[in-house]
Amino acid sequence: MSEQVVQVNNLNVSFGRQQVLSDLNLNVQRGEFLAILGHNGVGKTTFVRTLLKQLKPTSGEIILAPDTKIGYVPQFRNIDIEYPLSIRDFIALSFTGIRLPFLNRQEKQILNRVIEMVDLSDIANHSMGKASGGEKQRAYLASALVKQPNLLILDESTASLDPDAKQELLRVVKRLNVQEQLTVMFITHDVSVMAKYPDHYLWMKQGGYELGLIEDLPSEVLNQDNV
Amino acid sequence: MFNLEFMRNAYFAGTMIAIVSAVIGTFVVARNMSFMTHTLSEIGFAGASFGIFIGWPPLNGMLLFTAISSILVGQLSGRIESRRESVISAISGLFIGLGILFLSISQKNASYATNILFGSVIGISAQDVQLMAILSALLLVVVLIVYRDLKADSFDSIGAKINGVNSQAISIVFLLLLALSVSVAAQIVGSLLIFILLTLPASSAKYFAHTVFSMIMLGVGFALAGVWLGLYLGYVTNWPVTFFIAFIEALIYGIALLYNSIQNHS
Repeated sequence: MSEQVVQVNNLNVSFGRQQVLSDLNLNVQRGEFLAILGHNGVGKTTFVRTLLKQLKPTSGEIILAPDTKIGYVPQFRNIDIEYPLSIRDFIALSFTGIRLPFLNRQEKQILNRVIEMVDLSDIANHSMGKASGGEKQRAYLASALVKQPNLLILDESTASLDPDAKQELLRVVKRLNVQEQLTVMFITHDVSVMAKYPDHYLWMKQGGYELGLIEDLPSEVLNQDNV
Repeated sequence: MFNLEFMRNAYFAGTMIAIVSAVIGTFVVARNMSFMTHTLSEIGFAGASFGIFIGWPPLNGMLLFTAISSILVGQLSGRIESRRESVISAISGLFIGLGILFLSISQKNASYATNILFGSVIGISAQDVQLMAILSALLLVVVLIVYRDLKADSFDSIGAKINGVNSQAISIVFLLLLALSVSVAAQIVGSLLIFILLTLPASSAKYFAHTVFSMIMLGVGFALAGVWLGLYLGYVTNWPVTFFIAFIEALIYGIALLYNSIQNHS
């Protein structure tokens, strides 16, 4: 029996007179991997920000399952190349809160586990500032996993990566999706690499939305490098 | 040298100042706040001369002025980086002017002014040492309490926000900590040269360290080396201690830069 994690009902969001999202309807099931595709400016980021409760809908609603814990991987971070942060140290920054400075045993276990989950164990002591784009994105992913979410939202995580790094990141995300039963919403304008990993797609375009199984993704979309 | 009470006091005070400055300095460097630190030291100068003018100990005047102004700067400059620079410039100029005014109307002689500006080891009493110990301990305890959030906000502000860190609250707490450490450190190196201890040891340490914790520890080491050696050389030569501390810290920083450029080319 599948269970809904995210339910979007007639969602409208506008800034002043400009309508950015109009009548968006969407259901995301537990364990689903959904790709959210679309050109820049069609409202992908607005949708994410509404989902994260940073923006209020003009009308309509987003209902999250009561036990939902969101792990959000933003597109940008500002990590100074000269910061003395190892990849492990960077990921450990996500253990926030008013607690003793040093990680306790349980937190150390979680830290090691999330580093393993994103395949960074071998280079966990390397400098974060000097890591490659793909390694950085996987470290960002790991830091979103620290709080042990069950819904993972990735915002243009493949944007600045070379093709191999894109594949590697997606393989890791797919593995998390399957093995850890994480629900995934992956926002991207990068369609070509997406075809084989997600279950469903939401294609956001001017004047409407299209939802479907990833196998049914229209070839006109697939043949474009960037939608 | 340690038979002299004022030298013992100077070593006690210097040790505390070195530790506090390097700990706070780590976050000053990560948050790109060197310029703000410099301004707070000038505000501290105005505060100290205000203290002298109304008959308070200079340290109290400094604490008052730096605490109030650090919050004001935070509120005035907000999130706009470029505006922060101009707000800080305006405030810094105003306060140096005020400092000169207070000194001139309090009719103290010029040596008072040089003591505040450039520091002095002779004037430190056992009572001062006690007060500095209390303030330093308070400061370190607060750092321990907010350490995780402060570290996250300083080294990865975007991630910290996602993890629910209240960055405005952290930023105000940090400015107050900075104000406190500026006031404490000014006792030895003087308000003009405070940023030597608050920025150079941490800036040097970041090139050798691989974790934030090791950056703090190395920074403390560099600051202690400068202060201890500086006090000794000042005692032996009778030259200003501040000069030696500045020279040693700048030398360490130079070596750190050299080390970094060799690392990057190999």
